[in-house]
Amino acid sequence: MTAGTATLSERERRAAVTPLRAVVDTLVIAERDLIALVRIPSTLFFSSVQPIMFVLLFRYVFGGAISVAIPGGYVNYLIPGIFVQAVVFGAVQTSIGLAEDLQKGLVERFRSLPMARSAVLAGRTVADLCRNVFVVLLITGVGYAVGFRVETSFGYYLGAVALLLAFAYAFSWAFAVIGLSAPNSETAQVMSFPVLFPLTFASSAFVPVQSMPGWLQGFATYQPVSQVVWAVRGLMVGGVSDVAGHTWASIAWTAGIVLVFGPLAVHRYRTRT
Amino acid sequence: MGSAGNGLAIEADNLVKTFKGGILALDGVSFRAERGSVFGLLGPNGAGKTTAVRILTTILQPDRGTAQVLGHDVARDPAGVRGLIGLAAQFAAVDENLTGRENLRMVGQLNHLPRARSTARAGELLEQFDLADAANRPVKTYSGGMRRRLDLAAALVDRPPVLFLDEPTTGLDPFSRVSLWAVIEKLVDDGTTVLLTTQYLEEADRLADRLVVVDRGRVIAEGTAAQLKSELGAGVLHLEMTSGEEAEKGVAALGERLRRPASRLGSVVELSLDEGVGDVLDALRILDAAGLAPFSLSTREPSLDDAFLALTGHSMTEEAT
Repeated sequence: MTAGTATLSERERRAAVTPLRAVVDTLVIAERDLIALVRIPSTLFFSSVQPIMFVLLFRYVFGGAISVAIPGGYVNYLIPGIFVQAVVFGAVQTSIGLAEDLQKGLVERFRSLPMARSAVLAGRTVADLCRNVFVVLLITGVGYAVGFRVETSFGYYLGAVALLLAFAYAFSWAFAVIGLSAPNSETAQVMSFPVLFPLTFASSAFVPVQSMPGWLQGFATYQPVSQVVWAVRGLMVGGVSDVAGHTWASIAWTAGIVLVFGPLAVHRYRTRT
Repeated sequence: MGSAGNGLAIEADNLVKTFKGGILALDGVSFRAERGSVFGLLGPNGAGKTTAVRILTTILQPDRGTAQVLGHDVARDPAGVRGLIGLAAQFAAVDENLTGRENLRMVGQLNHLPRARSTARAGELLEQFDLADAANRPVKTYSGGMRRRLDLAAALVDRPPVLFLDEPTTGLDPFSRVSLWAVIEKLVDDGTTVLLTTQYLEEADRLADRLVVVDRGRVIAEGTAAQLKSELGAGVLHLEMTSGEEAEKGVAALGERLRRPASRLGSVVELSLDEGVGDVLDALRILDAAGLAPFSLSTREPSLDDAFLALTGHSMTEEAT
């Protein structure tokens, strides 16, 4: 029969999911997600223009009112915070994108194809990682333009970037769970912000935690975003006490988030009907 | 590779599926589709058609029962099944941000076709489905009909021997519907087995070699479209009377003299026909004898709603809950 240009046994060979195929499938999905990122003006705005606006806002509007003791002054305090805020905000795209794929029936199609089950989530998070590399380069450039300087060394800068990207990757999985739990992409977005705002603003990203009321300081000190901000700030510009402690705490949060939300996201993906 | 030699493309045996909240979507559904045939699942919204398709395409697991596609069990060997099937689901599942060509290439790659084959196949299908001009435009600029064609093309990328089409023509204009029918007929000529779901008796009649009628998760009738139609009669006669009162009298007169009950809708009398024109003449003679004169008359083909009334005693629209 013409319909079977490929013989049935050849089809069986192609349908078998091998580890190599799982990687290829992941890259195919990641490529698709990256194309979408470039083509949708709002997501491009979200991941590039928005962090720049925050840089300008805090550097030139609020920054003068915030006093910090750090080499290079407030701009060196601010930019590491912007790095973390930008990648954390970017994770919302994961939840919106997955909710949209579910809503539009694309996940149905993927489930009927002989591809690796894991590729939809893995591809999405890999695409996020690529976007975050771009975001980090962009903010480094913008930061340098407004006076930010790495005061330590290039090696420490790279270490900080690696820590940042790992944390952002973990966060993508947390937001994947939100996307897979939301009935549609609008709700996914609405569900994301109550998580994002306290994490990024009640943190050490923009102002010293000591300036906050006592009841907030406990949360602001121990929550993951603050730990990563301190670690990144300490590694890039110094002036942070116990950088090693914050770095280990960041690694522990990163690992913890992946261990909890990774399996949860996979479970949600498998059981969502 | 299983018992694909028995001539069956699809075998569903006593499928049961309950969703959260205790909604019984499938309540013991069984059917068999021969290789190289078109098999129709006919029923209203909520009958369980889509659930059956999702189980057969390995998207959902049944609570009970088994199903095989070309001898591969959907629960035990889902990967094997996925390599044999194409699915065009109810809503065009295409990526809006990709171009038509990119969509088809992606599906080819996820079917593990070599990159060059995926690209070549994408070009062929865009040509075949009259999308070549729009091939390099993002799908979000496509019309509804174009999306549906692209979606069907995506289901055909790997030339699957078994194709599932879930309400392929719902929402299409009459012209697109007819051209889609032609595409499906061509695929079947080439040896593809097609399972299609539809709410339209006309569509099932035109395309399906055999069909089952599904209602509330159960198969309530099975056979060829011709068999089903003969059970339903030749059509429905509409007689528009001058008033509701006249119509009432007409229903009474017809009910007394004919074996079939007539029904009244405002000032319209409806009567199902067994034998066509002869029945029309009988009805007019009866009305004439009762001193009743309809001022207009028309007949129509039996609809799925009529089939439902005949088979289940309740109307199809009652199912919308």
